[in-house]
Amino acid sequence: MKKVGIIAYGITPFTKEDQKIETVLLKSAKNLFENNSHINRNDIDAVLVSTNNNSKYLSPVLSEMIGVQPKIAHSIESLCNSGTNSIVSAYSYIASGLADMVLISGAERYDSPGQILEWDNSRGEYKHPIFWASIFTKSYKREFSISDEDLAIVPVKNHKQAKENPNAMSDKIFSIHDVINSKKLTDDIRLLDCSRPCTGSASIILASEESASKNTDEPVWITGIGQKTMSAGFTKSISLSSMESTKLAGYTALKMANRTIGDIDVAEIHDAFSVCEPMALESLGFSNFGKGINIIKELHETNNFKINPRGGLIGSGHPLGATGIAQTIEITQQIQSKAKNRQVDNVNVGLVHNMSAAATSSTVLVLEK
Amino acid sequence: MNFETELSQGNFYIPECTKCTKVVWPPSEFCNHCFGEVLLKKKVSEGRIIEFSRYDDAYFCLVEFEKEIRVMAKISNMPKIEQRVKISKCGISNGNYFFHII
Repeated sequence: MKKVGIIAYGITPFTKEDQKIETVLLKSAKNLFENNSHINRNDIDAVLVSTNNNSKYLSPVLSEMIGVQPKIAHSIESLCNSGTNSIVSAYSYIASGLADMVLISGAERYDSPGQILEWDNSRGEYKHPIFWASIFTKSYKREFSISDEDLAIVPVKNHKQAKENPNAMSDKIFSIHDVINSKKLTDDIRLLDCSRPCTGSASIILASEESASKNTDEPVWITGIGQKTMSAGFTKSISLSSMESTKLAGYTALKMANRTIGDIDVAEIHDAFSVCEPMALESLGFSNFGKGINIIKELHETNNFKINPRGGLIGSGHPLGATGIAQTIEITQQIQSKAKNRQVDNVNVGLVHNMSAAATSSTVLVLEK
Repeated sequence: MNFETELSQGNFYIPECTKCTKVVWPPSEFCNHCFGEVLLKKKVSEGRIIEFSRYDDAYFCLVEFEKEIRVMAKISNMPKIEQRVKISKCGISNGNYFFHII
């Protein structure tokens, strides 16, 4: 297979603005090309759009708006991991030789229909994500004797880190007390435990080794990819306190990259809700089961931004189709030592974890210099 | 008999494959194991509570029936893990299934 690298990226602030999806989509692509004016747009032979928005034909629409006529143009939807799934599709096009340079743009509005999986009737009247998150949280707390106060460290850390991210929706610092006293949505989930849907867009260009060398001196290579789908329905989950799809996708990605979890210097983790961060860290192998919170506490106390440097979904906001691309941009910036106040020391290898619908599916990427 | 037609009338039947006798959940016209035809043979009986939390004044639970069927259901009184329960009411409202247990 051909080597595939990230050669350019663009992003918008994540907000609650009411904008047309086409406008949101265009803004991060515009940002990308303005920051990389040396890239010849005629070299782009595929345009992939990642979104849960119901608007039609968005990839040809974006292509027309940026003045390109690609060979391949289509949308990709897979709920919350649409972004990394689009990156994997772009990788496949390049690795197979069907394309040489691919633009991937993810965008979402604050009112995305992707927040609810209508098909999953086994959830009964409890289709909103706060209900599966409540069941996960209750089960995780019960199995590992974890308290609400223990879990509250996740939003405390991630809002603190989001303050250093100029594109994040959050610009506030919160204490454990603030999290515990925020609005109680269920017995096990409070408002500050939740990531929030928002309007935002992120774009990235992947290229073959030959094209990358013509366009950048600092490509970031995708060396590992792992994907796993267990089911579509939440109630099929066997474990409610770990993420099987994440475990399997992580294993596959690290194996492909010939790396171990100990090699990972920085990671973006899909913290849709507080409990997701320790659960994902444990399922990826960063810690033993039930011990993920200890890592998070230590990182917070030492002001180490290793996990979710841009503030995660909780701090940054969660524009579904753009999230996986924004996570990948963050790890790219970290590897390029361009993450400014969020920069983690000595980053050579990074990991992106992006999942959908109560971790019924997961995608994991390994990125390297 | 159609699963949703029966559910909308308050009857929660077990969808079962006529070919391999596997319980097919979520309900489908064809078995996800052998693609055999699925029929409704009997109603669900006793289930057990796997996990629960509370929203407003009512508890919501993950309940398992027949070791294959899991649904999110509402219960008024504080539940316990492994508690044996039965369907007290079920149906379809505004396109969403609902299940109440006692």
